[in-house]
Amino acid sequence: MVYLFAILTLAFVALVLAAIYKPLGDYMYNVFNTDKDLAFERWIYAIIGCDPKKGQTWRAYLRGVLGFSLLSVLVLYLLQRVQAWLPWSLGLPNVKGPLAFNTAASFVTNTNWQSYSPEQTLGYTVQFAGLAVQNFVSAAVGIAVAIALVRGFAWRKSETIGNFWVDLTRCTMRILLPISVVMGIILIALGVAQNFAGVVDVNTIAGGSQKIMQGPVASQEVIKELGTNGGGFFNANSSHPYEDPNLWTCIIETLLMLAIPVSLTRTFGRMVGSAKQGYALLGAMVVLFAISFFAVVSFESFSDDPITRLTGGSMEGKEVRFGTVLSGIFSTTSTSTSTGAVASMHDSYTALGGMMYLFNMMLGEVSPGGVGAGLYGILVMAVVAVFIAGLMVGRTPEYLGKKIGPREMKMASLYFLVMPVIVIVGVSLSYLLPFARQSIVNTSLNNSGNHGFTEVVYAFVSAANNNGSAFAGLTADTPWLDTMLGLAVLLGRFVPILLVLALAGSLAKQDAVPVTAGTMRTDNKLFVGLLVFVIFIISALTFFPTLALGPLAEGLVA
Amino acid sequence: MKNILSLNLRAWWAGFKAIIVFTVIVIVYTFVMTGIGQLGMSDQTNGSMITNANGEVVGSSLIGQSFTDADGNALPQYFQSRPSAAGDGYDATASGGTNKGHKDADLIKSVKELRKQIAKREGVSVKDVPADATTSSSSGLDPHISPEYAAIQVKRVAKERGLSQEKVEQMVKDHTTGRGLGFLGDPAVNVVTLNNDLDKLN
Repeated sequence: MVYLFAILTLAFVALVLAAIYKPLGDYMYNVFNTDKDLAFERWIYAIIGCDPKKGQTWRAYLRGVLGFSLLSVLVLYLLQRVQAWLPWSLGLPNVKGPLAFNTAASFVTNTNWQSYSPEQTLGYTVQFAGLAVQNFVSAAVGIAVAIALVRGFAWRKSETIGNFWVDLTRCTMRILLPISVVMGIILIALGVAQNFAGVVDVNTIAGGSQKIMQGPVASQEVIKELGTNGGGFFNANSSHPYEDPNLWTCIIETLLMLAIPVSLTRTFGRMVGSAKQGYALLGAMVVLFAISFFAVVSFESFSDDPITRLTGGSMEGKEVRFGTVLSGIFSTTSTSTSTGAVASMHDSYTALGGMMYLFNMMLGEVSPGGVGAGLYGILVMAVVAVFIAGLMVGRTPEYLGKKIGPREMKMASLYFLVMPVIVIVGVSLSYLLPFARQSIVNTSLNNSGNHGFTEVVYAFVSAANNNGSAFAGLTADTPWLDTMLGLAVLLGRFVPILLVLALAGSLAKQDAVPVTAGTMRTDNKLFVGLLVFVIFIISALTFFPTLALGPLAEGLVA
Repeated sequence: MKNILSLNLRAWWAGFKAIIVFTVIVIVYTFVMTGIGQLGMSDQTNGSMITNANGEVVGSSLIGQSFTDADGNALPQYFQSRPSAAGDGYDATASGGTNKGHKDADLIKSVKELRKQIAKREGVSVKDVPADATTSSSSGLDPHISPEYAAIQVKRVAKERGLSQEKVEQMVKDHTTGRGLGFLGDPAVNVVTLNNDLDKLN
């Protein structure tokens, strides 16, 4: 039965996405390719002081991204440091330095890792005027960078790759904000709270007392999913009933996470002049996603882990209203889209079930990945796949009419090395440096043995991929982890963006090479298979030893 | 590289102004959304609060509660919720799960004890205690239990309240949500509204 429910649930999600794929993908194509600026956008450009008609070189584009983002970290850091004096602080003190840095870095990079417990750390103002702002603009930055890379493929002999301020503004104002308003209202109608009531004291039914934290949840919830951010208004994230009260909100939130990353492959296809190229990328995403989802459902339903054996189910850390299948599709989506929202506690999954979430992230967040980041991630992998195929048949590799030369391959190779290096260095230092190890073992770990090791690995994989989900038993609010994970999210975001924009710049300069009989097709099933293989093999080779020490050892050794 | 990383003053200034502009927009958005909610759907917007027979607010239909006495003993006239890891139990200012892995010795021990305890309380065999009864939810605020867990509690609640089992079974049914479209999510019984409505009968 559980497989039947799983198949129907996945089919339902696929059906809805299929229905919005073309309209949303085409709409986004128009947003980024029209010459028309709307009136309020012209005001924004006037305030910022940019000329929307002027294209930027990749270097200027990058300066925009970095200037905007690093300044955002600073502003968000300061906002938390003075929160006690802001309205609606709920009596909470100023956030301490390392934690404020970690949180600021994490939200600006679209990671939304939460070292803090929201109910006990953040007032409303920091949430809606700080975190929610980054939920919008960090998502827009990701999409902007992806569009810039697609222009690299689509444009010929161009020194410029678009204008960052225009892409940022249009994405926020024309895509993220309107969808958030409409879907936010629907979430409220379904029960997601949206008020400024603070903590409400009630005498309970049984005569006890209960304090219920309220807040402007829905406005933040909707963009948290739509922008693949994932930072919960509450500590329990989307398992908290005020964020995700029922199965309909759960499925809507799942769809919100997938809507933009999936539809962007359509936008990409349109921009490079062949919708089929978009389908090929989508095909690889779907294959990876579906395999992972069914694996999770199987492990959660049929693993022989002690608690499952004892209770006859895997309900620790799951909500009754979601059960195994809905929890599974939500978390598979969340870890595959770099959202990092959770509707169940990954730490309490069966060893192999939890491993699938870790593995989704280890794939480099490309199935389908975060908004924008997923598209540029899989495009880089496509470049690698074309290169490998080129080596096998002895031809100069080309992708979408652009030659993949040494410079392009350097960017692509560095790109897929960044994340594993951050993870392996971060985890190694955490166990090798005596003071770090002490902090990890004495303070951070919530579980012992292999499972404890997995908690640390998960934290670094999540940070380096800008996912933000956690094996949440890990106490990450220590000076060591706050600092290291803060650095990991920044490096994991901006080093790849630097490489992607450099790649966009060098591709845009090229003229297109004509398609000949010798050109490898990149819009057919063979290429989808090759792409899946390359993505899988790179992560598997990199991370198999790590998985063996963590979840595999836990799950396979009795 | 130097060229890339030397962020000139103009980009910084433009970035700063952009942050201010988008912050203002998102603040306006937050208040507009709150306004729309308050005008059109004040019940949900304000947290789906519920009242007892006297009209006093006794909680939220979405947020789970404990149905125990001050010492933590189950009150027999109420359907019991799941174990909760939120604060000292159902603390809605400290949501969260245990985050214990499947091989955690403490978790295994507590589950074993709870299974015995519940089996004894409800007069059923240990193997009839369903999975959700002995495990903590993700939020620690789960207002639901499985229909199976509700079923083994019906006899006790009916007896304590002097109601027929059929009546209590019917009420459980009325507070059960099924699968969406027949396949989405899991069936769930809302213990908070169920217990509140049981109290309202008197």
